[in-house]
Order: sequence, then C-alpha cells, then structure tokens
Amino acid sequence: MDLREKSRQLLENGDVKAVIGYERGTMGARRPAFIRKAERADRLVFDEACAQNLATYLTRPEVRKLGRVAVAARPDTLRAILQLMAERQVKEENVLALAGDGTVELGTAQAIEEHLATCAKELPARDREILDRLSRMDRAQRWAFWQAELSRCVKCYACRNSCPMCYCGHCTMDCNRPQWVPVASHALGNLEYHMVRAMHLAGRCVECGDCGRACPVGIPIHLLTFNCEESVHLQFGQRAGASSKLDYALSTFRPDDKESFIR
Amino acid sequence: MADNFFLPQASLDTLFAALTGDGRRILAPTDRDGRTELNPVTSPGDVAKDYLQTILSAKEAAFPKVERLMSFSTGAGSVDLKDAEPSAVPTVLFGIRPCEASGFKALDAVFNWDTRDRFFNARMEALAVIGIGCTRKDDACFCTSVGGGPGSTSGSDILLTPVEGGFLAEVLTEKGKAMAALAPEAFKADPGLEKKVVEVPVAFDQPGLTKRLKDRFEDGIWVEQSLRCVGCGACAFVCPTCVCFDIVEEADAKGGHRLRTWDSCGGHMFTLHASGHNPRETQAQRWRQRVYHKFSYYPERYDMLGCVGCGKCTRACPVDMNLQEHLAEAAQA
Repeated sequence: MDLREKSRQLLENGDVKAVIGYERGTMGARRPAFIRKAERADRLVFDEACAQNLATYLTRPEVRKLGRVAVAARPDTLRAILQLMAERQVKEENVLALAGDGTVELGTAQAIEEHLATCAKELPARDREILDRLSRMDRAQRWAFWQAELSRCVKCYACRNSCPMCYCGHCTMDCNRPQWVPVASHALGNLEYHMVRAMHLAGRCVECGDCGRACPVGIPIHLLTFNCEESVHLQFGQRAGASSKLDYALSTFRPDDKESFIR
Repeated sequence: MADNFFLPQASLDTLFAALTGDGRRILAPTDRDGRTELNPVTSPGDVAKDYLQTILSAKEAAFPKVERLMSFSTGAGSVDLKDAEPSAVPTVLFGIRPCEASGFKALDAVFNWDTRDRFFNARMEALAVIGIGCTRKDDACFCTSVGGGPGSTSGSDILLTPVEGGFLAEVLTEKGKAMAALAPEAFKADPGLEKKVVEVPVAFDQPGLTKRLKDRFEDGIWVEQSLRCVGCGACAFVCPTCVCFDIVEEADAKGGHRLRTWDSCGGHMFTLHASGHNPRETQAQRWRQRVYHKFSYYPERYDMLGCVGCGKCTRACPVDMNLQEHLAEAAQA
C-alpha cells in the first residue's frame, strides 16, 4: 500500500472528492497535484522532495466547493491544518490528512495531534546559517541586511498567497478604502507590507517556510515570521499548530496573566 | 544586413570603458547573494559568469516596478499639478538573452497603442541592447515555439554570440553602430566565425494553439490546469512582456503623487468592479486570461505574440505552473 493506492481507494469509495498531493514537475521539482479521478492517482509522488505546504489550498473557495478532500501531509502541513482548525477555517469532517508515507489516515484533530507528537521540528541548515549570521550582527547591520533583501521585493504576493495562514479573502494589503499600506513596491511599501505580514503571523505561523520558498527573488522572508513566532513562544509558552484548540496568543485574556496592566 | 565583427573577450574592457565614458549606465546580469539580477556595472568583471537568465526581466529598464507620473500639492483653495519627468538615463542593457531583447516590442505595442506613453518612450529612446546568444538552456525555455530563437537578433542593437576567445558581434541597428563607433578598436574583422548557439526544440505548434484557443474558451482545461495556481503575481512580474499596470495615488492633506506600478491579471482584484461585480471571479478564469492575452488577443490586436518563451514565469512560479507544458496541452485537440 502506498499513497497512490490509498488515493485510488478513497476516490473509488467516494470517501473524498479529491486528493491534494504532489506530482513530478519541471526539472525534477515536485508540485501540487489535484487528483479527482482514481485513474489519475498514478501521478502522485510523496518523498523528501515534496516540500510545499498543501494546507494552503484548504481555505480556497474553489477547493471548499469540492467537498471533503484528502491531503498528502508532511508534519508542517499537519500543523497548518490544526492551526486552521483552531482558527475555525477548516472543519474536521472536511479534511483527511494522509501522513507518514501517505497511507496513515488522520481524520480527526486528535489523531493529527497524536501523530505530530512523534515528529520533531527541525530548522533547515540554510535557515540556521542565515539566522546565526543575523544573530551575530548588530542592529544597524541587521537593518542593512533586511533593507537590501526587501529592496528586491516586487510585491507579487507569492509569499502571502502560498502561506496557509494567509487565507483572508480580503487582505489588508488589498484594502483601498482606505489604503492602509502603499500599493507600490517602493522601499516604504515593501517594508510596511512585510512588517504587517510578520505581525499578523505572530502566534499563527507554523514555520513551514513556504513564504520564503515561494519568493521568486529569493528573499528569506520566512525568517521574519519565524522570529515573531519564536517570540510569541517565549512570551506565552505556546506554538501555532500544536493543537486545534489553541487560543490566539495576542488576543486572548487570561485572569492569571503575568502582566498586571491587563487586570 | 548586419555587420559582423570579432569582439575579443579582452576588448570588453575597452567597450565598457567607452560606453561609461559616453555617459551611459550599463545594466548587466550580476551574481549577488546567490541571485542573478540586473544591476548597474562598470566593468566586464562585474558581469555574472555562467548565467542562464536573470530572475526578473529586462523590462524594468523601460517599465520600472514603480514610476511617478505626476505630483500635486494642495493649498488654501488651490491645487497645483506638476508633471513628473521620466528619468531616462542613457542605458545599455548588456548580456540579456535574445528572448528578452525581443520582449520590448510587446511592451511597445501597448504603450504606443493609442496614446504614446512618454515615460516608456523616453526610456526606450535612451536604451540600447547588447544581447548575448544562448549556449545553454533549461527545461523552462521555449523560445523556438513562439517565433524566437537562442540566436535571434530581434530586439538587440548588437548581438554577441560566444565563440573561442570572445564573441561574434553582429551590429544590427543605428544604435548598435553608434555603440561600436565609441570603441572601434574593440571590434576586429570577422575571420568568418561560425554562429553556434544551443538547440531549443520546438515544444508545440503555436499557430495551431492560437487557432485552437478560438473555440476553447469554455473548456474545462483551464479549471484543471489552474487548480494548483495560488493566484500571486510572480509570473506576471518576472515576465518581459506582461505590461499591465495599476495607477495609485499616495497623498496626505498637503499633496501627493500619482504612481504607476506593475499589476497582474492573476490577482483576484484585478478586474473587480466598484460595484462589487467581478467578471473573473475564479482563478481558472484568471489563468485563462493569461493564456488568451498572450496567445489569442495579442495576435488578434497587434499581429504578434505576448510571449517570448523565456520561461521566467515557469522558473518563478511557486507551484510550477509550467507555461510551455500547459500551452502544449491546450494546443492539442
């Protein structure tokens, strides 16, 4: 039994309307694949090269319309699914995660949580290298690093649109009555966009790194959201994607809060 | 008919010095922080060594991602308008590929369609292109399927093709002659050099595709192809021929600016009307628009294609929306 066979079964039995998985793409890359007919399940691959977080598709109107779907899920995808459930964007009954080698069916939040307890989270070597480099810099150097990187941004929004947590149908960036953030991709427009996005992801980022992976000009933009997420973890002791019942750290009140001003 | 010369590798220094000495900015592919990008350079040593293409296209030399069109200031009961002047620095685009060089004519078709756009035209007039033919390619390249080629001279003022010890230089236009005349000692007599470029196989029948699109508008193929599209603007923004723009204003109580910025038909708000109605509500409709604009509307309206087969969109796409593959599929019965 592998993911292909599992997918065939699920589609033939009518358990799901589609399987969102990966297939071989250009130059050996893996890309998302939507399999809606059992006979097309042969296209699926599920290996180490499959990096993208497919949970990003679960909140799209086109995909919602399909009905219950199965998703080939790497650990980051599972975290994203839990976070989407915590934010009431995905219902348990509408998604079946296929984890492990693609044959492990995780149909409930609880099953996903239990499975994730066995998966360690590790930062890719390249990210660690950049983070180490950044941590050795003083504030002015770090500022110069991000200015140089953000000057490359063309505001194509590949980062936002790839992010499973950027599901807003009408993003603040797209609001023009009033215009909160400049549309133009100049220094200020780029900086404000990425600052707003990093802040909006603080406490919600599952650290999959898809925003950075999506960036056509190679800005390691995921490191900004990682940083905010780590900060929330240090301050509030919780991580996005850990549970389907997570309260949003930045808007939750608890009587036993360590800060006195809130009482 | 082009004038052919031999341009020795070592003579590039002379050429670059002559061009900068003439007050021209040279934009060329550079490798910085692991990325091939167009940047101002002053010597051939700054140019990337073994590059396929830059990530973004050369269009920004004539159509920048942000451009000020006018400014205004408001006083007591008055508004002052001030035209912006295009900053058209004399520029040489060095080392761009033939596909991109030929892309400017697709921009020109729109910017000079009815109103002549003085910003675009001022930059184009100040722009000269020294292209370099391709000795390698990748799986995203498909120039030969859209009427181009790895050695195509279209859009270049001088086309260089790598040969042993330097380049075969084809001086193609008046602008090209003017550049060559700045450094006559760099251009040696052509000893009968052979122009050898990489072979790019034809991937699909383009006239067949354009014809096929006429009755494929309502086809399910666009839904199927676009399910994985995330609706970002990466493809449009790296594209040398995507010309759509947005006009925005940035203003406060005292005044402001009107800006032109790149826009993308992949975005969900691109065709959103003020009424709330959106004629392209789904990603499938937006993806279809991208294909039709380039392969149906452009031929119909301007007698050319809106695609040069550079493959930048395919390389930039976060979900590998491989254009060549999708076009080949759409061209089939």
